[in-house]
Amino acid sequence: MNVKKNFLKGIFEENQLFVALLGLCPALAITTTLENAIGMGMAVFFVLVFANIIVSLIMSNDKLAELVRPVRIPVFIVVIATLVTIVEMVMHAFLIDLYNSLGVFIPLIVVNCMILGRAEAFAAKNKPFDSLIDGAGMAVGYALGIMILGFFREVLGKGTLTIWGSLQVDFGFVFDFLGIEPLELFTSPVGAFMVLGFILAAVVAIAQHRKNKQASSKDVK
Amino acid sequence: MEDLIALAFTAFVVENIILTQFLGICPFIGVSTKRSSAVGMGSAVIFVMLISSTVTWVLYQHVLVTLNIEYMRTIMFILVIASLVQMVEIFLKKVSPPLYKALGIYLPLITTNCAILGLALININEGHSFVETVVYASFIGLGFFFVMYIFSMMREKINRAPVPKAFQGAPIALVVAAILAMIFSRFGGIV
Repeated sequence: MNVKKNFLKGIFEENQLFVALLGLCPALAITTTLENAIGMGMAVFFVLVFANIIVSLIMSNDKLAELVRPVRIPVFIVVIATLVTIVEMVMHAFLIDLYNSLGVFIPLIVVNCMILGRAEAFAAKNKPFDSLIDGAGMAVGYALGIMILGFFREVLGKGTLTIWGSLQVDFGFVFDFLGIEPLELFTSPVGAFMVLGFILAAVVAIAQHRKNKQASSKDVK
Repeated sequence: MEDLIALAFTAFVVENIILTQFLGICPFIGVSTKRSSAVGMGSAVIFVMLISSTVTWVLYQHVLVTLNIEYMRTIMFILVIASLVQMVEIFLKKVSPPLYKALGIYLPLITTNCAILGLALININEGHSFVETVVYASFIGLGFFFVMYIFSMMREKINRAPVPKAFQGAPIALVVAAILAMIFSRFGGIV
């Protein structure tokens, strides 16, 4: 399998957030700042990549696969839950601020349909290395997705952009120039739904535009 | 008693699980295209939420805390919820076939509904007592049902409206959800 293609499909054509609409809950809840989105993206990356590798290792061993197949969903869930517990403990120990602001959404990575979905749809049928690439691609695609959301919501809602800790860009002067306050609406649930709705519409519009372009260029030939 | 009424009201509208806590968005967007499926999903969630919250609360307080292994909660809760959903399914199939027929297809989906696990964790994090857990879980479930039902009616109307091509389906649903969330966010000042 083509490694590059396998990696890129998770970012563009099969983007789990914008195309498959999976993992919406954390995408809406924790994207009030870019920093939170980056933290969540890292957590999802770790869990998804390792879950894919472990599931693939289990399922590519014939004897083990035969044993696991009838109860594979509970087994996958335990693998994912264990990894999530590791992430939770590491974050609690080393990144306490991020741990507090992500709150209940760290343990909830367990029920992120995307991770179980990749385990069942890809890792269970493919080799460990391919699964690693697939997991990495999907996780990067998802992380980029929530970072876009976080970017718009933080800039519009707070007038700042927090990349990590005190590394912060202030866009207050733009709002001063326009003579308005940052629109607090965008940090509230209302803004979350609104921004995601508009981004999804943009994604659909771009996809349609590219399709039309391809179709018309074929006609010319 | 007054505290419990306040808690119930908070759970029902102020801390509405979908529109203010962002849990259970997948079924909210995915299963709300028809009124009948929204009612089915809503009732199944009320049912499972109440059972799973009480069971996980008892297990957490009396097993994990006693054994001093609180960090196992994520793994244990998800297993308890998955097996409970399976048990409810088998039980309903035997006891009430018509109810099973109505809720059957929604039950397996509930295992990965983050609202169920989320609520179990919230009850622990907030330090609710047993009675509070029962009240909170029932009204969060009712709130879920309520919002699903309203939203499904709105979507039935949207289906007949002339929506721009790029906005058809999920995007317009999210924009409508934003307006619905705007209404619910104003309940915050009441309690």
